Amino acid sequence: MDFLEPAFMQRALIAALLVGITAPAVGVYLVQRRQALMGDGIGHVAMTGVGLGFLMSANPVWMATLVAVVGSVVMELIRAYGKTRGDMALALLFYGGMAGGVLLINLSSTGSNANLTSYLFGSLTTVSPEDITAIGILAAFVVLVTVGLRRQLFAVSQDEEFARVTGLPVRALNLLIAVTAAVTVTVAMRVVGLLLVSALMVVPVAAAQQLSKSFRATFAGAVLIGVVVALSGTVTTYYVAAPPGATIVLYAIGVFILLTLLATPLAKRRARAAEAATRDCDARVPATRRPTDDVKV
Amino acid sequence: MSDDQPVLSIGGATAALGARPVLRGVDLAVRPGEVVALLGANGSGKSTVIRSVIGQVPLTGGTITLFGTEQKRFRDWARVGYVPQRTTAASGVPATIREVVSSGRLSRRKFGWLTKDDKAAVERAIDLVGLADRAGDSVSALSGGQHQRVLIARALASEPELLIMDEPMAGVDLASQEILASTLREQVAGGTSVLLVLHELGPLEPLIDRAVVLRDGCVVHDGPPPEALGQHALPGHDHVHPHAAGEPLRTGLLT
Repeated sequence: MDFLEPAFMQRALIAALLVGITAPAVGVYLVQRRQALMGDGIGHVAMTGVGLGFLMSANPVWMATLVAVVGSVVMELIRAYGKTRGDMALALLFYGGMAGGVLLINLSSTGSNANLTSYLFGSLTTVSPEDITAIGILAAFVVLVTVGLRRQLFAVSQDEEFARVTGLPVRALNLLIAVTAAVTVTVAMRVVGLLLVSALMVVPVAAAQQLSKSFRATFAGAVLIGVVVALSGTVTTYYVAAPPGATIVLYAIGVFILLTLLATPLAKRRARAAEAATRDCDARVPATRRPTDDVKV
Repeated sequence: MSDDQPVLSIGGATAALGARPVLRGVDLAVRPGEVVALLGANGSGKSTVIRSVIGQVPLTGGTITLFGTEQKRFRDWARVGYVPQRTTAASGVPATIREVVSSGRLSRRKFGWLTKDDKAAVERAIDLVGLADRAGDSVSALSGGQHQRVLIARALASEPELLIMDEPMAGVDLASQEILASTLREQVAGGTSVLLVLHELGPLEPLIDRAVVLRDGCVVHDGPPPEALGQHALPGHDHVHPHAAGEPLRTGLLT
């Protein structure tokens, strides 16, 4: 357990743990809403925030959070009100965010594309104690929302129209999901990087639902898988010179493949059990017409 | 509220989609315990009426009153059970029948934990549609008719006084139609009022007190259910085509 010794590894593991919990916790709602790539879009927008942070010599994590939250709210409003060309508006936001980030960071005196790389692909070992504080506060918010409001978020993500008729504040909840996703992106930024954030939001959910029948089990399974791959990926990079973000994401995809392979015989067995339960196929089907019927249309 | 006061009344309702008028002065009332069917061809405005009642389509004129309260100020949505026009109850993540039906209880308890009463109501609703033995199964493993039964159970979970259903029989096999009809019969016997969009009367016919027929956004018949005509009148005509798969109809243009 010598990887626990250095202080930077302790911080890295704490950050990885928080990301492993929060990313799938939000991701499950995004996948449910069929917005699996939302996290990716927010990641692009957050880059402008990182650039802004460098330019204004502010903490890039908080700046990225601010810009990502604004960006996600704009995206949600486009989704809710935009009747036409919603995809175009989103594309503008994605690439505008990315270009803005690259431009701003090069305008600043302290930043360079090399700095940007640590945000794009994650730089777990350079996580500072201040970063840990920021990530901790943001992660607490995400957990509070995704667990505390799970019934409401489930209903809104399952069937928005029905949720509205139950009297739920659907617009507010939609915005809350968007903001929570934005916060999660910035939490995960230092660990897996903005370009791979979305993977940690979606892949554990996809893996968990290979075996699960319920939303509850999918949620719990996705968080468990998220934590396991985030921690094991981080530990791996202590021994092997591999980038943590990429390692974590590839572990997650490995778990997905493993569970998919496991699920196939399981599904077959379930189908066989269901078939056995309804073996009785001997039903009489009365004809509605006889050859002698005079049918006129 | 007096006994004859309608649970739902629509007066002179007009609505437009873009520049095209979809409702052109619709009057409609559902009195307590009544079962009213909305009939009409595709594009006649049936779904728009339903969707304006639940506040999904804004009216350009006229009034809607629910339980004596103007719709805009109506907050007591637990008294209304809504079954949207869907061919599936599933989403991007697996969910059990119990989980989907539980969200119907949100209108009674918006925040906080589900109590024992809430859970009992959910189980009752699932039992009503004959899916008690499958409550823990994923909805994605169900047939089209069973999906529709889940959606109806979700609406029943709040123990509503008015059930609003948009084509509950679309894409539903005959066996499930019979189960739905008997579920509805029980609800009506218990005093629930029902407003439902139907393509044709089918097995629900004996339950229906009144039929309102729409054509081009106008009410052309309000009275006893009309006799089926044309092909629909043939014995054994079984109208079970599914509607636009997966995609919820947002415009109301197609229904």
